[in-house]
Amino acid sequence: MLEVRNLHAYYGKSHILQGVDLEVREGEIISLLGRNGVGRSTTLKAIIGEVEPQGSISFRGEEIAGRKSHVIARKGIGYVPENRDIFPTLTVRQNLILGQKSARPSGRWTVDSAFDLFPNLRERADIAAGVLSGGEQQMLTICRTMMGDPQLVMIDEPTEGLAPQIVKRVGQLIEEIASHGVAILLVEQKLTIALHISARVYIMGHGRIVFEGSPNDLRANDQVRREWLEV
Amino acid sequence: MEVFVFSLFNGVLYGMLLFLLASGLTLIFSMMGVLNFAHASFFMLGAYFAYQISQPLGFWSALIAAPILVGLLGAAVERYMLRPVHRFGHVAELLFTFGLAFVIEELVQMVWGKVPVPYDVPESMNITAFAWQGLDYSAYRLFMLVISVGIFVALFFGLTRTRIGLIIRASLTHPHMAAALGHDVPKIFMWTFGVGCALAGIAGVIGGNVLGTEPGMAIQLGPIVFVVIVVGGLGSLSGALIASLFIGILNNMAISYDFSLYPIFKELGVERNVEGVLADLVNLTTGSIAPLLPYLLLVLMLIFRPRGLFGMRDV
Repeated sequence: MLEVRNLHAYYGKSHILQGVDLEVREGEIISLLGRNGVGRSTTLKAIIGEVEPQGSISFRGEEIAGRKSHVIARKGIGYVPENRDIFPTLTVRQNLILGQKSARPSGRWTVDSAFDLFPNLRERADIAAGVLSGGEQQMLTICRTMMGDPQLVMIDEPTEGLAPQIVKRVGQLIEEIASHGVAILLVEQKLTIALHISARVYIMGHGRIVFEGSPNDLRANDQVRREWLEV
Repeated sequence: MEVFVFSLFNGVLYGMLLFLLASGLTLIFSMMGVLNFAHASFFMLGAYFAYQISQPLGFWSALIAAPILVGLLGAAVERYMLRPVHRFGHVAELLFTFGLAFVIEELVQMVWGKVPVPYDVPESMNITAFAWQGLDYSAYRLFMLVISVGIFVALFFGLTRTRIGLIIRASLTHPHMAAALGHDVPKIFMWTFGVGCALAGIAGVIGGNVLGTEPGMAIQLGPIVFVVIVVGGLGSLSGALIASLFIGILNNMAISYDFSLYPIFKELGVERNVEGVLADLVNLTTGSIAPLLPYLLLVLMLIFRPRGLFGMRDV
């Protein structure tokens, strides 16, 4: 459903993405792995239109490279950024409502179903989202994006800085979302969760894809892991 | 007592008028990240448009049409002028709004001349609403108060209780995230700018006939509005309200009571018959320094609390 071909992107003069090729099929969980600074986050930002892309990005057969973020989002791509950009002064419920793309949402996800996914949010529905814990904020950001009923969700490092207990919950939430037929493009640092839930993994290095395969292929390939992942 | 009540009333009225300008300016500040120097110019345009429209059609048509025109003009300025300038950074935007203020002033002088235009309070409301202890309060002032309080309530309700209000608040602080959730942020910015200008326009319509409609009115009021939003905290609507009311009341009280500043000088050991530079200073009254008070407040605020009363970030 998502096809990225020869994607380039720049931050000022630095050439961050140097020809990224990747593909996400309907309902698949894909992980994009790699060390810090190799361009994983930039790849997601280029797809959602926050960074200007060069090259081809097609979603369900339609070219979306260079379109505005809100237009791309409305085509069915959700994006959960790395910094968990919740709206801190708004309440949890208001944050969720802002995930809906129109006043009369027709999607599968409602405020109530988001609360069912993560009951802690229900208890804290009417307090400012800024006071939630890091794990709760992460759950809220993911649920908020789901409110827009995307067919593909891109999630950037959802487990960064979270306690092991919460990391497990985030993994479960992602699987739960995927079980509804939503495709997921996950940027991760932690191999355990990525290898556990992904159908395929891509590894990035120096602004391009350096490995593509199943989690088992990666497990078997010591050399790739050593060269591109281990610190 | 009656002096107190009336200057309180007038202070609140002036404060609410300031708030109509400050609320739009503070929203626009949150959005652009820089002050809009041309904001008071839209206030002036509101007054002139109201004058022009009220000539053939009367005050009530002007009250509706002038703010809408000012708002559309503001939206167009954002869309076709500020947006292209935005990519060159904050300094360019600031200079643009600075230039725009002068362009508007010159255009106003070209069209309506340098002298004040006879934009008057409508006959029907140029009557005494109530008299108390020998002071009377005009119906028009009461009307101004009702309009400005009504707009404050609508604005507050709109921003906190409606979906579009939530989208605006989210877009102001996290534009990228709001866009990634499917909200058309550039369009929201255009209309926020437009509505902010329309609010200034309303202040011009209802205030222009009391304060005087002339080409210098923007330059006169503009700096005080800056004081209001800096004191209230840049980007904070409730801060803007409180600072508007405070400065409005402070100003009116200082003029009505007109206290002598002599006791302060006496404490400092300066006698009334002093010679030289201090001779004029000892005879000052609060009334004569009233225009200075907002700026004094600004300076003190910047020294002791640079983020203002309710601001999230330093100036």
